[in-house]
Amino acid sequence: MNLDVQGMLKVFDAIGETMAAHKDYLTELDSAIGDADHGINMNRGFHKVRDKLSAASYSDLGALFKDVGMTLMGNVGGASGPLYGTFFMRMSTKLAGRQDVDTASLAEAMEEGLKGIVALGKAQLQDKTMVDALTPAVDALKNAAVEGVGLSGALEASVEAAKSGMESTIPLVARKGRASYLGERSAGHQDPGATSIYLILSTILHSVKGSS
Amino acid sequence: MNAVLVISHSAEAARGIAAIASQMAGDRVGIAACGGTDDGGLGTSVPAILAALEELLASSEGVVVVPDLGSAVLAARTARELLGDRADRVLIADGPVLEGAFMAAVEASVGAGLERLAAVVDEARGLKKLQE
Repeated sequence: MNLDVQGMLKVFDAIGETMAAHKDYLTELDSAIGDADHGINMNRGFHKVRDKLSAASYSDLGALFKDVGMTLMGNVGGASGPLYGTFFMRMSTKLAGRQDVDTASLAEAMEEGLKGIVALGKAQLQDKTMVDALTPAVDALKNAAVEGVGLSGALEASVEAAKSGMESTIPLVARKGRASYLGERSAGHQDPGATSIYLILSTILHSVKGSS
Repeated sequence: MNAVLVISHSAEAARGIAAIASQMAGDRVGIAACGGTDDGGLGTSVPAILAALEELLASSEGVVVVPDLGSAVLAARTARELLGDRADRVLIADGPVLEGAFMAAVEASVGAGLERLAAVVDEARGLKKLQE
């Protein structure tokens, strides 16, 4: 099944719940190698997203994603605000006029979002950032689209890839963001940004599975 | 004349730095401060930066942006992109935020161009406070 506007509203509602539930976990990860605010920031941002989305009505996914992006940009703080904000804003450009997404259109939109993140943050693979989880997740979605896999199966592969990518950040030495100031001391810790990417994707998967 | 925008994770820090820079440059240079998230926490807000840039651009040729830490740079870049065809009138500089902002403000007061303003922010790195 495809994800339509109503389904996507439920997804963002669920992401809000996930961020609230994992607030302390993300902040704990961030206290090891950053400024100990990732969970607090993401929770605040997605809480505002829920407020914003519940007060509006949407005729297409583009407008919905644009509101998500702008809300995150103003309320997350830290680097995650512009990065996640850009991710959803860029996705919105591919979703404009669309009533729903299937595997191929979601893959295309997420690839555009990833490009926005890379253009803004200039992170490459293995810099120990969200890009390490998001890149394999987007690749998995694209492969699934080529193979004609439905949304639920495609998201399963994408979440699996994001999980491996997230875990691959543990031994890495950070080369971008606040953690890079720690140099070698950043090794041995899982990247908080890669972790929030995994949490978001796995929430989308659960939401899609739950409603099918 | 070009203007200066100070961006800090702290609203108080941004305001204080902008005040110091204004004192050096006088009233003719547009100097604005932007700091904190929309609900007043530590961090940066892209919409707030965008609004500050739009206000400065209304009365100045261009704006040099002086951010405090890396994530403020990302927020500034994002806001700059949202300006569309006015983005060319904004340049983000890399240097110490206090020294950079006031050196840029002084330089702007004598009519320097944006590239020159970004260069003095960078040069502010070499400022010595203790004379040998």
